[in-house]
Amino acid sequence: MREELIISGRMNLNIDPVLHVWHWQIPLYLFLGGLAAGVLFFAALYFIKNESEKYSTAVKVAPIIAPFAIVIGLIALLLDLKHPLYFWQLYTTIRLESPMSWGAWVLMLIMPLSIIWVATYLKEVFPKIELQNGYFAKLFSFILKPVENNEVNWGWKFKWLSDFEILMIEYRKPLAWAILISSVILGVYTGILLSAFNARPLWNNAILGPLFLVSGLSTGAASIMWLSKSHEEQKLFSQIDILLITVELFFIIHLFMGFLAGPQVQIEAASLFWGGEFTIYFGLFVVVLGLIMPGIFEIMELKGYRVHRAIPAILIIFGGLLFRFVMVEAGQITRYLY
Amino acid sequence: MRYGMAIDTKKCVGCSDCVVACQTENNIEHGYARDWITETVNGIYPSMELEFRSERCNHCANTPCVRTCPTGASHIIEGGIVKVTHDECIGCGSCIQSCPYDARYTHSEGYVDKCTFCDHRVANGQDPACVSVCPTYCMYFGDLDDKNSEVSKIVATRKWKVLAPEAGTKPQIFYLT
Repeated sequence: MREELIISGRMNLNIDPVLHVWHWQIPLYLFLGGLAAGVLFFAALYFIKNESEKYSTAVKVAPIIAPFAIVIGLIALLLDLKHPLYFWQLYTTIRLESPMSWGAWVLMLIMPLSIIWVATYLKEVFPKIELQNGYFAKLFSFILKPVENNEVNWGWKFKWLSDFEILMIEYRKPLAWAILISSVILGVYTGILLSAFNARPLWNNAILGPLFLVSGLSTGAASIMWLSKSHEEQKLFSQIDILLITVELFFIIHLFMGFLAGPQVQIEAASLFWGGEFTIYFGLFVVVLGLIMPGIFEIMELKGYRVHRAIPAILIIFGGLLFRFVMVEAGQITRYLY
Repeated sequence: MRYGMAIDTKKCVGCSDCVVACQTENNIEHGYARDWITETVNGIYPSMELEFRSERCNHCANTPCVRTCPTGASHIIEGGIVKVTHDECIGCGSCIQSCPYDARYTHSEGYVDKCTFCDHRVANGQDPACVSVCPTYCMYFGDLDDKNSEVSKIVATRKWKVLAPEAGTKPQIFYLT
């Protein structure tokens, strides 16, 4: 038998008896970042392919989720910081070897890009805004031009804002490319961030980055499929989702193959999900309910059975959220020593 | 110049003087410890073997914590000592997630703290507090790059092991076995 104990009575907060420095804020942010990345990726992709009228929800409506998701994610991150008043230090330097630094800068970049993208399409998505009714009028009167009746399309109050809008509409293609690239970085860095921590055997593998990217794209595609009103678009995103779910399942299989072929600490990390305390969370909620069942529902839908698309969409979204919760919780339990 | 330690596990009795000395010297808050004693027991009675180790931040040569710090608050100073600049630390916890030795913790004021090899003492030519108070003289501190230092000679002539070498961190604390 071999027994290893700390006998001097160390009980550092959040370190002992089991490491638990990251709580709900981190998995929530990882999910919201992935969702925003997914929605923005498809928006930019279908714009670049000149199909923005055919798939108008993907290009014009769904990206509205992105700025809100990013802001809530950033608030969650700020809440997680233990030295929050110094958060600005993140932006005084860029450290290429730290994925957390990349993430800080990518978020700084993608936030204005996503807001501009959404703002240029606002007139098409919301052509009639009732400005004379008190509530909306007061809220937005600082930026919107008052109108006489609600038949006429609304406008921005300041001329420089209207000019900027016209400029951005002209430059939509470069904007789309910038969004395409930064959304992929946003989606993949959340996984690379976790995989860079070599002290946590569950996270320290190369496939986590692509896995989180695919999961994020899948939640984005599910949201687009749910929001869409065009049958053709729903069908396309359903097919895209089936493909992404299949890829994600393969990646999860590879993840576990990697663990079982790795060092002892990784075999122990894998056993948390295969008979250990996270078996039900992961096996039932993430894999079956979050991936396999929505995949089956979507295939059935494509074959003609009537399954309301909200069902697979909700399952995929919750599956993505729970996946991140499970990975962050379980990862902190895995360790090299003791 | 590469500071490191050699700790003789055959002489360590697990008295925890090093723990108390560190807490006193560095005014550590109540409830936190920058170093600790680990006891390893191997075997089945009556064939048993006991080992005590005084553990702390290993001031690694391939630090994962410095690499992952987004602000540069975790940095390396002369001699390979790993330090944290309190005003640059945002308390994100990345370094804590990266350390295989669980050497770091979050101070109640928000920044991340850990063993500093008592660099304020080292700058004056003294040994760290833990090394200075050890009653069995089992701890050695010095410049591993200097062939003539006591640490270098001991590491060259005695059998030693490091903790979790497979983590790839190249720790600089050598446990003499």
